[in-house]
Amino acid sequence: MANRVIPVLTILLAILAFWYAAAIWMNAPWQDRLNARADLVDVPFAEFAAQTWAQDKPVLPAPHQVVSEIWNATVALEITSRRSLAYHAWITLSATLLGFAFGTVLGVALAVAIIHNDASDRSLMPWIIASQTIPILAIAPMVVVGLGSVGLTGLVPKALISMYLSFFPVVVGMVKGLRSPEAIQLDLLRTYDANGWQVFWKLRWPAAMPFLFASMKVGIAISLIGAVVAELSNASGGGLGVRLLTGSYNGQTVQIWAALFIAAGLAAVLVAIVGAAEKWVNGRMGARA
Amino acid sequence: MSETSSATACTNGPAVIRAENLGLTFPTGDGDIVALSDVNLTIEKGDFVSFIGPSGCGKTTFLRTIADLEKPTSGTLSVNGMSPEEARKARAYGYVFQAAALYPWRTIEKNIALPLEIMGHSAGEQAERVKRTMELVNLSGFEKKYPWQLSGGMQQRASIARALSFDADLLLMDEPFGALDEIVRDHLNSELLKLWARTEKTICFVTHSIPEAVYLSTRIVVMSPRPGRVTDIIESTLPRDRPLDIRETPEFLAIAARVREGLRAGHSYEEGSV
Repeated sequence: MANRVIPVLTILLAILAFWYAAAIWMNAPWQDRLNARADLVDVPFAEFAAQTWAQDKPVLPAPHQVVSEIWNATVALEITSRRSLAYHAWITLSATLLGFAFGTVLGVALAVAIIHNDASDRSLMPWIIASQTIPILAIAPMVVVGLGSVGLTGLVPKALISMYLSFFPVVVGMVKGLRSPEAIQLDLLRTYDANGWQVFWKLRWPAAMPFLFASMKVGIAISLIGAVVAELSNASGGGLGVRLLTGSYNGQTVQIWAALFIAAGLAAVLVAIVGAAEKWVNGRMGARA
Repeated sequence: MSETSSATACTNGPAVIRAENLGLTFPTGDGDIVALSDVNLTIEKGDFVSFIGPSGCGKTTFLRTIADLEKPTSGTLSVNGMSPEEARKARAYGYVFQAAALYPWRTIEKNIALPLEIMGHSAGEQAERVKRTMELVNLSGFEKKYPWQLSGGMQQRASIARALSFDADLLLMDEPFGALDEIVRDHLNSELLKLWARTEKTICFVTHSIPEAVYLSTRIVVMSPRPGRVTDIIESTLPRDRPLDIRETPEFLAIAARVREGLRAGHSYEEGSV
């Protein structure tokens, strides 16, 4: 136990130390100006450092500022408040989950079509790859605004952006996974005169499970990014993306960092949930513990 | 060569497999490869026939052709009086591959039940057949284990049980013990003989071990490469009941010498053949 905790703590402390040091350095010019205005000269370094860690709109907020902002914007606020990060996180999370579900279903469906049909392999794959070369920042506003003009607003347009990003790793992973059975495993089913349906459910699908979970871990993380990016195009809808946007309009760096941390934490939790599901399925499928 | 092949025409039972002038050519970018050329062979019910020869002699290809995993390009082949495709669709044979090819996400009993599920047997019937075949290959007690928990020899026994579970009369075995060490192989060989005696199945067995072929078979088909063809067919004079030490007897050694001679006649020992 100790030999796992110590390295983790060491890295964490190193990051924190670096962060505090960087905060002094990056906030120093503004602090110098503030002190000059207030006719403060020869401020001792310890006091100066404390000042740079307590600015109202710092270039780089100190960790404790971000933590206290997160605390104030979640636990200390009513969950229904428009300023509550928990409220905004929920908006983003719901779009993420819906988009992830759409993306996974679409990805699996495309992979099934691709492995069963040579023509769809050749005709679909180039488009699927091309779709991922378009910057999501360019396409998200078009989709959100476009769908908004036909009256479709709120959750679904954002989920579509999430889907657009998350289906890709699922297609690629599942094509590989569904094609992963060895020749003799397929020959075996042929000797039983198994039909296509049986080949799929008894061999291809279970063989593809490890690939599905690896893809879904990537998929759910980029689903979150998709939802956040989509929110940037619709400031009235709320969500972590909107907090980032308003934070940057108002120079509220602490607010931006708090939203970023909530997004990162959310992604970590979502990936961990997919990982736990993977572990559960692996256990059911007799994998070596 | 064709004389020895046609010498098998003497029949005392219904033919399970009948090959006439069978040929199979694989087209490749580098020119055609003749995997099988002019194979004439009749296998009768209850025979234990081994196919022996160096790599590339077509022994596995012939077995796969019987199983309808490859299509012949000339000649005729019948299995149980049907075309290989009809025989496959009638689930006329069980096939044991070089590797056990167990599905890692299924327990041993579920692996053995796989063909039964596909063929639509009821749950009760499946349980009963799985139990029976697991006893037959001495795997009782390992029902709930996963393949990785079993040794290589036990995995191969499970794959034999899987091929036996649906009770086809014909068992096609493609070097099933090739990857196992000699001690395990000896043990499984004698078990296979007992199993054959108990079930009265017809067995086609591909190997490149001379002692294995002589020990197991009622007939040994010697094959050679380029083109893949039958060079000799040897009727074994050994009794059906064979203890392992029969391999020390002069009779056994004489048959082994004849197999070796057949391989030499097919140039199987020349440089680049093996």
